[in-house]
Amino acid sequence: MNTAIASRYAAEYPTIAPALPGQNLPWLQTLRAKALEQFSALGFPSPREEEWRYTNVSGIEKKLFSPSTGLTAADVDAEWLKAYQLQDAWILVLVDGHFSAELSVLDGLPEAISVMSMADALTTQPDKVEQYLGLAADQSEHSFIAFNTAWFTDGLFVHVPAKLVLDKPIQLLHIVTDSDAMATTRNIIIAEALAEVKVIETFIGVTNAYLTAAVTEIFVGQNADLTLYKMQSESEKAYHFGGSYIKQARDARFTHHNFAFGGLLARSDIHVDLDHASECELNGLYLGVKRQHIDNHTRINHLKPYAISRELYKGVLDDRARGVFQGRVIVAVDAQKTDSQMNNRNLLLSDDAEADTKPQLEIYADDVKCGHGVTVGQLDEKSVFYLQSRCVDEETARNMLTFAFANEMVDKIKIRGLHDMILEQVLARFPQQGVNKEWL
Amino acid sequence: MLSIKNLTVNVNDKQILKGINLEIKAGEIHAIMGPNGSGKSTLSHVLSGKGGYTVTGGSATYQGKDLLEMAPEIRAREGVFLAFQYPVEIPGVSNIYLLKAALNSIRKHNGQPEVDAMDFLMLVKEKVRLLEMDEKFLYRAVNEGFSGGEKKRNEILQMAILEPKLCIMDETDSGLDIDALKIVSEGVNSLRSPERSFVMVTHYQRLLDYIKPDKVHVLAHGQIVKSGGADLALELEEKGYSWVEEAAA
Ligand SMILES: Nc1ncnc2c1ncn2[C@@H]1O[C@H](COP(=O)(O)OP(=O)(O)O)[C@@H](O)[C@H]1O
Ligand SMILES: [Mg+2]
Repeated sequence: MNTAIASRYAAEYPTIAPALPGQNLPWLQTLRAKALEQFSALGFPSPREEEWRYTNVSGIEKKLFSPSTGLTAADVDAEWLKAYQLQDAWILVLVDGHFSAELSVLDGLPEAISVMSMADALTTQPDKVEQYLGLAADQSEHSFIAFNTAWFTDGLFVHVPAKLVLDKPIQLLHIVTDSDAMATTRNIIIAEALAEVKVIETFIGVTNAYLTAAVTEIFVGQNADLTLYKMQSESEKAYHFGGSYIKQARDARFTHHNFAFGGLLARSDIHVDLDHASECELNGLYLGVKRQHIDNHTRINHLKPYAISRELYKGVLDDRARGVFQGRVIVAVDAQKTDSQMNNRNLLLSDDAEADTKPQLEIYADDVKCGHGVTVGQLDEKSVFYLQSRCVDEETARNMLTFAFANEMVDKIKIRGLHDMILEQVLARFPQQGVNKEWL
Repeated sequence: MLSIKNLTVNVNDKQILKGINLEIKAGEIHAIMGPNGSGKSTLSHVLSGKGGYTVTGGSATYQGKDLLEMAPEIRAREGVFLAFQYPVEIPGVSNIYLLKAALNSIRKHNGQPEVDAMDFLMLVKEKVRLLEMDEKFLYRAVNEGFSGGEKKRNEILQMAILEPKLCIMDETDSGLDIDALKIVSEGVNSLRSPERSFVMVTHYQRLLDYIKPDKVHVLAHGQIVKSGGADLALELEEKGYSWVEEAAA
């Protein structure tokens, strides 16, 4: 715990606070004040905490990141941005944590649904926001949540009413352009009963050091179906902390595809609360090169009977990169007939790469089916030979198998444009000699 | 086509092949039969260049070249094809991708341009029909989740598309039901030509009812203990292996 840096942030807070949204909302002011207090007391997490054992965040304590001001759409390279904008999607763009109407594409939305910036939501439907903000993400749990709650500048707000099936996905395009900036964004996504919605979070940044601290709270109503995609491609000097906190109602379905590619230090927390007979599927792929440190933390709470959870995280680590996976599955006393399967597979491409994997099952019910498996290893030599026997040279065979290992997760993406974008990211990070993109 | 002389092979310092001699001419089909553990897969693997085997003596000459000197992928490009006893599952690589990569590697090796996309698709679909497979298999990951029989059929599909000169089939018949066995055999028979040779490793006579060999060899304890014509297989079926093993001992 380092509270010295926390007090420096706290000392700056009064000069920043007036520009934060929701000034006229007493409930939010109270919430932010409490969060500031919590963060000041805790500081950023320390490796002494069990949940942060493998991830030392002291790097971010070396400097003070400040909210960016005054950047406009004109500061963003339109060509660069284009590569990350999905066709056929509603797109909400945040630049350095602030909504840019100019860069966003929100026209033609069905009347009944809300897709807007958090700042707009706090103006036009503050009661709805009050009802949900902080409901899924517990800020006492994690000082980054407290940090985010105190400092958030904007975010994405989505509300899909009951029975509405959204035919186009919603993309949150999160860009950081400013050096030493902090982008603190708070997102809320609500899918009411029987609604169907797909949301894509894309995190990108230019080549600077900066800090992203994003919290997304998701509410999946009874029998609703929500898919969340996350593509984290921050700059190679960036710090990324992203938390997704999901509450599922009875019979709700939630699917997450979590791609962690960028950042010097990147950490994602995914917490899911499962109600009666709900289902969640958590898929993840992390690729680390150079000195990257990529940490994924998942927690699945089976609170009620008959829920199903499926989890598969895969990591490919090269150079001196380090990957961390901590997956907890907690089955409450009441959650009989739980069906849960968790897997983590790691492929190490260099002797200096490292993977730390820690699956944890905490089972308090007695009639459950829970399994888990982890592997850390190199490419399978039998497979290398099989490809060689099919005329492929050894180097290409190794590249193909590495790619294939990752591609299993990419292949799960059925939104064409997103699939191709993620594929590009994967190919750009690993040796491609002999891997023919055109044939995939 | 293939000339094996006095080939001895060790695995982990244990001698597995103890002096194999075999002459296979272009256009011939040779069956290698023998009990489990006699070294049939070892021979198939050594010929295709799998690691983990030490050749301690002898030679294998393929089309006048030293086969054992070549990297596995060079052997494959030169026309040696191994249909595996246990085909490997490769999640994330589609069948069609691998076929294209393989076929183009061969063409490049022979100084030919990449195959035209349309021609390739036509060729592949024709062979898929020949083996009575579902076209969907092409787009599935190599062998992933395939049944034992489907894997074997997929090996033969690859063989039919790559048109090798020396086809080594390691227990292709195991795991196939009678209908699949007929289809696979027809596929193999359609590939017979005066320029192509086959080594069929098998345990049972069954496959040889459909693909008639020119020569049959019995491998026991790492040695060919008896060679003969197609009739030898029938005799083995009737009497089992013990009599040849005993006769050789
Ligand atoms: N990797 C290995 N390590 C040790 N022994 C092996 C290995 N591979 C094969 N063997 C041994 O070599 C012998 C021949 O095996 P194999 O060629 O698979 O026989 P077949 O295919 O005729 O059943 C057996 O005794 C087997 O146990
Ligand atoms: Mg065998």
